[in-house]
Amino acid sequence: MFGYYLELALRSLKRNKVLTTLMVLALALGIGATITTLTVLRLLSGDPLPQKSARLFYPQVDPNSKQGYVEGQTKPDALMTYPDAMNLLRAHRGTHQAAMALTQAKILPKKANANPFFSDAVMTTADFFAMFDTPFKYGSGWTAADDDNRAQLVVIAGFLNDKLFGGANSVGRTIHIDDHDYRIVGVLKKWAPQPRFYAVDLGGRSYGDGDAVFLPLHTARSMKMRPQDTECYAAVPDILNLETAPCEWLGVWVELDSAAAVARYKAFLDGYAKQQVALGRFHRTDTSLLNLMGWLRQEQVVPDDVRLQAGLAFGFLLICVVNTVGLLLAKCLRRSREIGVRRALGATRREIFTQFMVEAGIVGLAGGVLGLLFAELGLFGIRHQPAEYASLAHLDLSMFAFTFVVALVASLVAGILPAWRASVLAPAPQLKAA
Amino acid sequence: MAIRSTEIRPILASLRKHRIPALLIVLEIALACAVLCNAVFMISQRVSDIQLPSAIDQQGLVTVSLRGTDDKLVGSDIPRNLAALRGIAGVQQAAVTTSLPLSHNNWGWSFGVSPDSAVANRKNINVSLYFLGEGGGKALGLHVLQGRFFNADEFAGSKFDTAALPETHVVVMTRTAASRFWPGQSALGKTIYSKPFYYTVVGVVDDVLRPNVYTQNTSKSYDAIYFPMSAAGSKGAFSYYILRGAPKDRDRIMREAEQKLAELNPGAVAKGKIYMDIRNDYFADMRSMAWMLVLVCAVMLAVTAFGIVGLTSFWVGQRRRQIGIRRAVGATRGQILGYFRTENFLLSTAGVLIGMLLAFGINLYLMQHYEMSRMPWYYLPAGAVTLWLLGQLAVLGPALRAASVPPVEATRSV
Repeated sequence: MFGYYLELALRSLKRNKVLTTLMVLALALGIGATITTLTVLRLLSGDPLPQKSARLFYPQVDPNSKQGYVEGQTKPDALMTYPDAMNLLRAHRGTHQAAMALTQAKILPKKANANPFFSDAVMTTADFFAMFDTPFKYGSGWTAADDDNRAQLVVIAGFLNDKLFGGANSVGRTIHIDDHDYRIVGVLKKWAPQPRFYAVDLGGRSYGDGDAVFLPLHTARSMKMRPQDTECYAAVPDILNLETAPCEWLGVWVELDSAAAVARYKAFLDGYAKQQVALGRFHRTDTSLLNLMGWLRQEQVVPDDVRLQAGLAFGFLLICVVNTVGLLLAKCLRRSREIGVRRALGATRREIFTQFMVEAGIVGLAGGVLGLLFAELGLFGIRHQPAEYASLAHLDLSMFAFTFVVALVASLVAGILPAWRASVLAPAPQLKAA
Repeated sequence: MAIRSTEIRPILASLRKHRIPALLIVLEIALACAVLCNAVFMISQRVSDIQLPSAIDQQGLVTVSLRGTDDKLVGSDIPRNLAALRGIAGVQQAAVTTSLPLSHNNWGWSFGVSPDSAVANRKNINVSLYFLGEGGGKALGLHVLQGRFFNADEFAGSKFDTAALPETHVVVMTRTAASRFWPGQSALGKTIYSKPFYYTVVGVVDDVLRPNVYTQNTSKSYDAIYFPMSAAGSKGAFSYYILRGAPKDRDRIMREAEQKLAELNPGAVAKGKIYMDIRNDYFADMRSMAWMLVLVCAVMLAVTAFGIVGLTSFWVGQRRRQIGIRRAVGATRGQILGYFRTENFLLSTAGVLIGMLLAFGINLYLMQHYEMSRMPWYYLPAGAVTLWLLGQLAVLGPALRAASVPPVEATRSV
């Protein structure tokens, strides 16, 4: 039976080629726009560390003055001061904890006549690698003792290793950063979480390639490397000594393995803030402990424009669906007589309904195939945009499948009204008119 | 097109018979009108952001960033580098600065107008700080509106100690910043404070953008102040060399300057860029968003038009006999044409009325959930007129075909 409907539908679609083309084209444009924008939206709002994100938390405390503070309503600043970050780290209340800031590292290749270049770098503490599950190609991270000893060690990204050492195992060799020699202890495999969640408020890019260099925080600071972003909340007597200045420039992450551990940590954080108030260092007691995805949501990492585009594309798809409803309806009403004949010859209402739904489904499938083409075209266009996430815009398997789901759902929804109208036509008047 | 009620009544009667197709056209026009109004409003907002004025010589400006220099040697390196850059043919001015408008490289601080203002004071005004080396005002092409720019002594005497603010007591600010600190008064001779520092305004310049702009509150984008700074006292804060020349020379000047700085400073990284590229890069995302909106609008209008063509053609096809009868009993071609155009006009009117309401509602929603301002009222009638015209244009083809139906059609059996 289905084969017969298919044949009828194809014949009917062939009969009016212009109308069919218009329907398929309109549907395909709507689908193409929707899939393109959804792919970008999914790319940007994705989970950067799916296996770990639920266990990663971002503690925040507030060292600002009492002025303008409303208890329970004032959000703590995104960054942390050095003393607070170190106090939280030394408390060891999480499974892992690390403090970090971004910087720019000037790297001088060892080859003769090579020019120095700047790379994105992270100044951080030993737990960074274990906490974020960074994959190592060679070697490993450094230890807490190396942190304390200000050891001149470094972990470099795979792409930097390729550039400087041709991809060979460079563990144990040295690299010249900001006019100092550092010994390489680890080389990462490709590691570029999207978004680069740990960099979101440290003054770095949110998307794109990962960082090239990872240095021990205390070592880098003793070499006068400066954080990318510094926020000061009081008069600054000595801006170079950021460890004592009233300035926030570090991000802290902790790994907490259970709900109980999270509750314990939050209580610890609240206790810490109260203790600092008692000591006269703090004036505000509010703290925050968001998990990774919650933190990304609060910081609104996904650009407004991308969400607007997705909304706009849906509006556009809606117009295309309404358009398809209208054209399908026009087609099926034009075939009133044919329907009358089929009904008179014994076809049930359900059969007529199915026949028209099959026809709508075919339009949907064709729209899906063409829509996929439009989506690829749209993503090709986006890859040539200057946005930092541009090169990552690709259609993956799930979006590929989703395209056809959208196409079928859209066309079947569009087909319901015309198919229902066709199925309730009374056969007798149609036959009489002949 | 004169519409008489006697013509409208049969149209309404016929539309009542084709309620669903008629409603679909109305719905499609309403949706298109709503999306169009909002999309065009978004485009216009972005275009006005992209065109934000900035009173420096944007066309003739060339920049070279020089990073990784030795902070201890800048006192002698900077004058040497500048002397070499001034030797490049076509360079009229050369100077150093800490940042540039729209460079994302922001150095923000907040000041108050009373001597007890500390940095965290809530009444303070947040501004972007630009530190200029000697000749920086001319190199940028700043327009002094009141007072004067810094003199040689002020440049030479300014330096950074250990604090974040410079050891000087003079400042120049933009017109917008001046009117924010002292609304309705002249800023000249007045003082801004951030305990224990204070600076007296010696000049007011025409508005220059900050390193980052605020798209929602564009006047905030101009709160910038200028400090003088000596090369020796800059502690490595000068990261840009700026050169001014004729716009036609800028690409060559940029290449030569980058090369010269790289040669003179082998341990550092020099990167040249003409200023217009910095500006264009800043707005690149906005520009591509605007183009994407234009594309969606165009395709959406085309789809709407096709929908109208499709449904009207179907109607015409269905009513060939009736049209023939009307022609046979004396209706002119013009009257048949008028019939379909009036019908489309009525449907469009219903569509744009709903569409304008919908557009208003979408704008309210966007204002709540996104950084969006209120759409000016005239976007609504403009969108309405556009869809009216689109409807009339789309219906013309099928209506002409209807008008060409010969009266003899009435005699044919279907």
